[in-house]
Amino acid sequence: MTVLTPRRPSRRPVWEEKPSVLGQLGKGTILTLVTAAVLVPLWVVLVTSLSSAETINAAGGYVVIPREFDPSAYVVIFSGGLIGRAVWISTLITFIGTAISLTLTVLAAYGLSRSDSVAHRPLLFYFLLTFLIYPGMIPSYLVVTGLGLKNNLLALTLPTAIQAFNLVVLRAFFMNIPSELIDSARIDGAGEFRILTRIVLPLSKAVVAVIGLFYAVGYWNAFFNAILYIDRNDLQPLQRLLQGYILLGQAPPNVGGGAVVHIPGIGYSAPPSLAIKMAVVIVTVIPALIVYPFIQRHFTKGVIIGAVKG
Amino acid sequence: MSAPTLTKAAEPVTRPARHPRRLRDRLRRDWPLLLMVVPAFLLVLVFHYVPTLGNVVAFQDYNPFAGDTPFEAFLYSEWIGFGNFEALFKDPSFWDALRNTLAILVFQLVFYFPLPIILALLLHSVLSPRLRSFIQSVVYLPHFFSWVLVVSFFQLMLGGAGLLAQVVRDAGYTPPDIMTNPDTFIVLVTSQAVWKDAGWGMIIFLAALAAIDPTLYEAAAADGAGRWRRLWHITLPGLRSVIILLLILRLGDALNVGFEQFILQRDAVGRQAAEVLDTYVYYRGVVVQQYGIGAAAGLFKAAVGLVLILAANKIAHRFGEQGIYQKS
Repeated sequence: MTVLTPRRPSRRPVWEEKPSVLGQLGKGTILTLVTAAVLVPLWVVLVTSLSSAETINAAGGYVVIPREFDPSAYVVIFSGGLIGRAVWISTLITFIGTAISLTLTVLAAYGLSRSDSVAHRPLLFYFLLTFLIYPGMIPSYLVVTGLGLKNNLLALTLPTAIQAFNLVVLRAFFMNIPSELIDSARIDGAGEFRILTRIVLPLSKAVVAVIGLFYAVGYWNAFFNAILYIDRNDLQPLQRLLQGYILLGQAPPNVGGGAVVHIPGIGYSAPPSLAIKMAVVIVTVIPALIVYPFIQRHFTKGVIIGAVKG
Repeated sequence: MSAPTLTKAAEPVTRPARHPRRLRDRLRRDWPLLLMVVPAFLLVLVFHYVPTLGNVVAFQDYNPFAGDTPFEAFLYSEWIGFGNFEALFKDPSFWDALRNTLAILVFQLVFYFPLPIILALLLHSVLSPRLRSFIQSVVYLPHFFSWVLVVSFFQLMLGGAGLLAQVVRDAGYTPPDIMTNPDTFIVLVTSQAVWKDAGWGMIIFLAALAAIDPTLYEAAAADGAGRWRRLWHITLPGLRSVIILLLILRLGDALNVGFEQFILQRDAVGRQAAEVLDTYVYYRGVVVQQYGIGAAAGLFKAAVGLVLILAANKIAHRFGEQGIYQKS
């Protein structure tokens, strides 16, 4: 956080005028509105997802003030069925994709990090050029389907596995590791792979972790490739389900069909359809909420450095 | 002076092992490094460069059934020169898509682009560090949401069955039609973009603001410059190069107004207002399977995008700024 927050004294410098009451009020109002625009929707969705049918009916829809704690919607989601399956698929894509991306990006970044190695310049250019050239949706579609990846989860991971931006950030970090360390390891007889795993990676744990989280958020949020390459219902990721329930107005399963859930301590209840929908929203948000503080702390610094250097 | 000559004299003896001249020696030394690059190299080749070359189907009457594999189909399909482009330019819905894309671009440049700057200025003026970092954390957050989530949140809050409609209906009025109105769609998508990314866009301006020398402000204040004069003569010039850089990047990315955001709302709002070049390519190419026309539209878009970024960079040079070419 310290790197993000501009160093501004917490007291007004003597030469600066005292702001007018109107100005202060306006500023306060705007900043409150901006913060509320993000927090209020999250709050309403969270509270509604944890409400029972009676509360939702009494409120006429969305619940703003929480009255009780009823997790039955979440029990429905995680007790299997289509939603549980989508959560599983999304998790799988995220883990497999992140593993592939991170491994290949680290290897390539290290392979290109030696400033005197053979062909590292043209190779780097090869990766950088992907910033400028956009391959086009139709040819990409033809290549991926031509490889037989339609309805294969690899179609959601491989085409977007290497992000040149992450590669460049990681390479820059590796290049900053003192070459004396690497040289001394080489004198002790370590090969490149051993140097990477024993010396370079332990020194760059934080950066690698943040890049991994960035990849993970990307995979979790990916939607476009699922539209293109996945037709089968049992392979749909969570984002597609969300689209169906919220934007296309489909009813989630287990609603009205007497799907009764037993919750220890509360008893039997059938979660209302709205609560299930809201719970799907919350489940989709949660990974972003969890990883976000880490990314914010470490990565924004990298973004700033990268962007300012431009 | 003697030390450098010493090392220079020693160089032929000690350095050859570390700096072999001949390619074969260097290869023998560097092959593990090259091997590490290979997997990423291949993935980028297959999923980036091969499709880039595959754009030639824009000049073909591509028929997926002409062969057993897409590659064979490509070999056996008929070359028709610019036929796809002719068909494209005769299609009125293509012009709708182009017009919508450009309109959204211009609208966002005017109404979205300044917002992160204003937000950064506002936040920069908050004195309490705690409050500042709290607001920052909150406004960054939606950047990490997917477009499906962002559009869903808008639907839940402002849609026909959303919270706003619920409140308005309870008060006895007819709720406004926000999510499906083609006339105000451009405002809707811009507010979604603002909600998602204005906070994130603010980061870079905050960094630039922090880099401005505070003594400049003090000196200006001592010379009698008021708050607005300081903003105009110190703050804005301090942000200038960042602003120009981001404008160029935005222009270079101009025709990518966001595939997911539009495909998600295209059906609710209607093709007339919500079709942009990306969704046009998708419907023509993937849904209706007119691969040639879809690829032609994609290629047209890429070409116009390239022209825009080159032009923007040229303008930046004229303003005496670096532009993006001096990328290290």
